[in-house]
Amino acid sequence: MKNLNRLESGGRIDRSKSLSFSFNGKLYYGYEGDTLASAMLANGLHVIARSFKYHRPRGIIGSGVEDPTSLIELLGEEASGNNLCTNVKLKEGLKAKSINCWPSVDFDVGAVVQYFAKFIPAGFYYKTFKWPTWHLFEPFIRIAAGLASAPKEPPKKGHFESRNAHTDFLIIGAGPAGLLATLMAARSGAKVFLVDQNTEAGGSLLSLNLNINQKPAMAWVESTLKEIANMSNVTHLQNSTAWAYREHNLVIVNEREVENVSIIERSWRVRAKNIIIATGAIERSLVFPNNDRPGVMLASAVLTFVNRYSVKPSDNMVLFTNNDSVYSYIEDLKTAGINVLAIVDSRKHIASTVLANAQNVRVILNSIIRNVNGYKKVNSVVVQSLVDKELETISCDLLAHSGGWNPMVHLHSQSRGTVKFNDRIASFVPDQSIQNSISIGACNGTFTLNEIFNETKSLLCGVSAHSKPLVYEGKLECSKQSYSIEALWSIDLSKEKNKAFFDIQNDVTHDDIQLALTEGYSNIEHVKRYTTGGMGFDQGKTGNVNIIGMVAKEQGIGLDDVGTTTFRSPFVPVSFGSISGVREGSVVLPFRHTPITKWNLENGAFMYEAGARWRRPGYFPIEGESFQETVNRECHAVRTSVGVYDGSPLGKFELKGENVGEFLDLIYTNIISSLEPGNGRYGLMLTDDGLIFDDGVAFRIDKHRWFISTSSGHSDAVYQHMLKILAFDHPEWDVKITNITNQWNNATICGPLARKLLKKLGTDIDCDNGSFPFMTFREGHIADIPARIIRVSFTGELSFEINVSPRNMLALWERIIEDGAEFGILPVGSEASHVLRVEKGFLSLGHEVDGTVDPYDLGMAWLMSKKKIDYIGKRSVHLRRSLGRSRRELVGLLPNNPNDAIPEGAPITPDGKKVATEGFTTACVWSVVNERWVGLALLENGHIRHGEEACVRMKDKIIRAKITKPVFHDSDGILLRS
Amino acid sequence: MLLIHCPFCKNRNETEFVYGGPVGANRPDPNLVSDEEWVDYLTMVPNPMGPVYERWWHARGCDKWFIICRDTVTHEILENPSEEP
Ligand SMILES: [Zn+2]
Repeated sequence: MKNLNRLESGGRIDRSKSLSFSFNGKLYYGYEGDTLASAMLANGLHVIARSFKYHRPRGIIGSGVEDPTSLIELLGEEASGNNLCTNVKLKEGLKAKSINCWPSVDFDVGAVVQYFAKFIPAGFYYKTFKWPTWHLFEPFIRIAAGLASAPKEPPKKGHFESRNAHTDFLIIGAGPAGLLATLMAARSGAKVFLVDQNTEAGGSLLSLNLNINQKPAMAWVESTLKEIANMSNVTHLQNSTAWAYREHNLVIVNEREVENVSIIERSWRVRAKNIIIATGAIERSLVFPNNDRPGVMLASAVLTFVNRYSVKPSDNMVLFTNNDSVYSYIEDLKTAGINVLAIVDSRKHIASTVLANAQNVRVILNSIIRNVNGYKKVNSVVVQSLVDKELETISCDLLAHSGGWNPMVHLHSQSRGTVKFNDRIASFVPDQSIQNSISIGACNGTFTLNEIFNETKSLLCGVSAHSKPLVYEGKLECSKQSYSIEALWSIDLSKEKNKAFFDIQNDVTHDDIQLALTEGYSNIEHVKRYTTGGMGFDQGKTGNVNIIGMVAKEQGIGLDDVGTTTFRSPFVPVSFGSISGVREGSVVLPFRHTPITKWNLENGAFMYEAGARWRRPGYFPIEGESFQETVNRECHAVRTSVGVYDGSPLGKFELKGENVGEFLDLIYTNIISSLEPGNGRYGLMLTDDGLIFDDGVAFRIDKHRWFISTSSGHSDAVYQHMLKILAFDHPEWDVKITNITNQWNNATICGPLARKLLKKLGTDIDCDNGSFPFMTFREGHIADIPARIIRVSFTGELSFEINVSPRNMLALWERIIEDGAEFGILPVGSEASHVLRVEKGFLSLGHEVDGTVDPYDLGMAWLMSKKKIDYIGKRSVHLRRSLGRSRRELVGLLPNNPNDAIPEGAPITPDGKKVATEGFTTACVWSVVNERWVGLALLENGHIRHGEEACVRMKDKIIRAKITKPVFHDSDGILLRS
Repeated sequence: MLLIHCPFCKNRNETEFVYGGPVGANRPDPNLVSDEEWVDYLTMVPNPMGPVYERWWHARGCDKWFIICRDTVTHEILENPSEEP
């Protein structure tokens, strides 16, 4: 297949491998080695996208990550959102479409928007958020600001993965500097990790025809690659972008072409002793009217397309520059058959050696481009002399421009290194390194090959991360190059009607910057936020320094005084898949299971996540039953016969040592140390600011051995709390804590028939109330399984918590269900448990305990020891209460209409008026023993308001309820002690 | 991501640790201090730009609590706990 704009020979494409691709539904052909951008240009496509705000037609401007405009959406197997077509490697069958344009890139209704542009000036978002109302504009903004759609389905062809790597040297960039650094480091025997974001190594040498040691520079690149390919201490990755430089020399690398085809992308977390940043420089735009028209390109990109991809994007072109670099391109452009009509140079003088490169080309010094004509493609440019302001129009089909070079200081800056302005190259260069990194080559402001090699040798000389320091022996003689520049941040644009863009991606114009400054946003960070200049996917790679220069010029200060905005990761857009790796779906936060999850599922449980990722049965519905009927049935079993629930997720800890008693007395509000072996106590833990942290039970096994339980969802926090106190406040204490949450499972049988069931199961423990009373535990066997049985009660009924090792849990559970059948036993889910607890007024973390209550508030002041001199939280509770402020206190609520349910969290206000709340409902359930709705609430001064009426304020009504004691069943606790 | 030196496990990634806040004053005897001193102890924690002693817990590791000195600007870890066998 023949491409319209493809040269007959040359370039780094493989003409024997033709690849078909589609763009906006039309079929085209390119070659192996192309990017989507080079293939598009080869096919004569020049309008690729529509701009973000004004929907102006846009073409390809750059040739790599710096391109600010050519964002496309990939479809089909490769589906992914916003990709720069300059970054997409061409593959057979690739499907791409434009974004941000409707109905098509050539006829875009949104382009009408540009005529309303004056209504969306800089600071539009700031102002709109303030007045008149954001909601008025939101629908319009959402449509107009849309980027690509996210793929609707997960990728079909494979998965993402992450890897860790540790290395002596991480070298970022495989241009001349990075390759020489790699050679030096690799030859010293050090471990080297070389990454480069391009499809192939070589950096600028891929585009520039230079010589090293009298041979083409790419021959040196190839021999270098060959040498390192055979070294086992070198890992070399292409198509791999270092996009984040984090603390302690950790760099995140996104590898996009993995040798294993089932891996879509791989994320590397590389921890390196030394980091060599050799990321090169990016060409800067010039700012002049209509500098965004399709056919206005960066000069370096034109050269890259010609030399590397063998594309001829123009027949007749004009160059506009303020520096020397374009002069060295002339010979290559001419060789490709491009007619270079003129070089427009804003400088008064240039060196004769530079001028010598432009023989037979018209060089127009001391002049600028005043305007560009052509809407969808350049057809002429207007040149203006800076001396007499005379205008001249030159017909052409392409304008290539160069505003100088910006060293890519992004990674250096992300590592918290500082930058400084360098007058010689009119840009920012690295100053101080904070972490162990060195910037070399163009990213350090060094632009000619000879200097790059000399700098690399001298900066790395003596650096050592391994046995041998780095040296380079051997000569590297290179083609002569020179570079000089005179900064031109913007041409004079006073009274200019046409738009001149500083940030092409975000459509930020000269006027926007002016407006920001006029309105007082003069700090560069404010200019950025007010105008959005330098934001978005390109992060202002081609435009930012011009904005800084312009702000400096307008304020009459130096660029160093203006400074740069913060460089943030990612350096280039990175897919979410790459960041998450295999951590998707259930793998992100795996559920915790108990040994009977399978039984639960087989027996129709509706499973919930219940705190700390425990997957527990919510309820066990049977066919034809409503949710409430199921819950009532389960509650009824516990209150009238017997139920069983899986209490395994309860946090459980064993404590051993001479000082455990003192320790427990410090962390619980009541005295625990006086317990006799075999006995336990319910206790509250507070934080030292006097608020309830957790509740649970503590039991003594023998003199120096105890176990405690905590709330299921809170066991990790309690564990942390306990270890922290021991580590820092009482390192002298002998207390060892073992987390036994997963070592002990339990099935808790509860209900008036629980003891009968226990006897039927068969046990060697005397389980009569007299010999095995409430709040004691016994060890023995049950159904021939070794068990520790604890008499606690979470439901208010007679309960036996049968603790066994996990391997025996299922067997125990199945025996209980089997033997309990004659008593009408039911498995009880967390819904019924909640109802049973609320009926008893037992507190629940996250309901009644929300981090604001103390024991007095919950009517549990009796648990606060008066004998103990100190325990955690004591001082603060007393201090707070001594202030005498009113508190929200726990009460019961009985809705006047017994069939009125109060939603959890519903606010209570005085008289139900629209005034500040005086409390809220913490729980409300249908009570099976009372056959009505009952609730709990935290209510201001609630303890002295029993008998009064509370008003729950709902959106459409007020629910009135009687305030009562917070207990609705067996208020004297006779049943649980029976 | 910080590389944190656990006295037991040596250098491990920050994701394995839980931050325990900067090291403030030692917990005073609550019966020997004034209300103001008690409130200060609870609420006045160091928050400097620069070196600060802070607590870390090797939660997804050996369970050890320990103290390091870290520069909050550069993230450089200036002092590590001594290693334990
Ligand atoms: Zn550790």
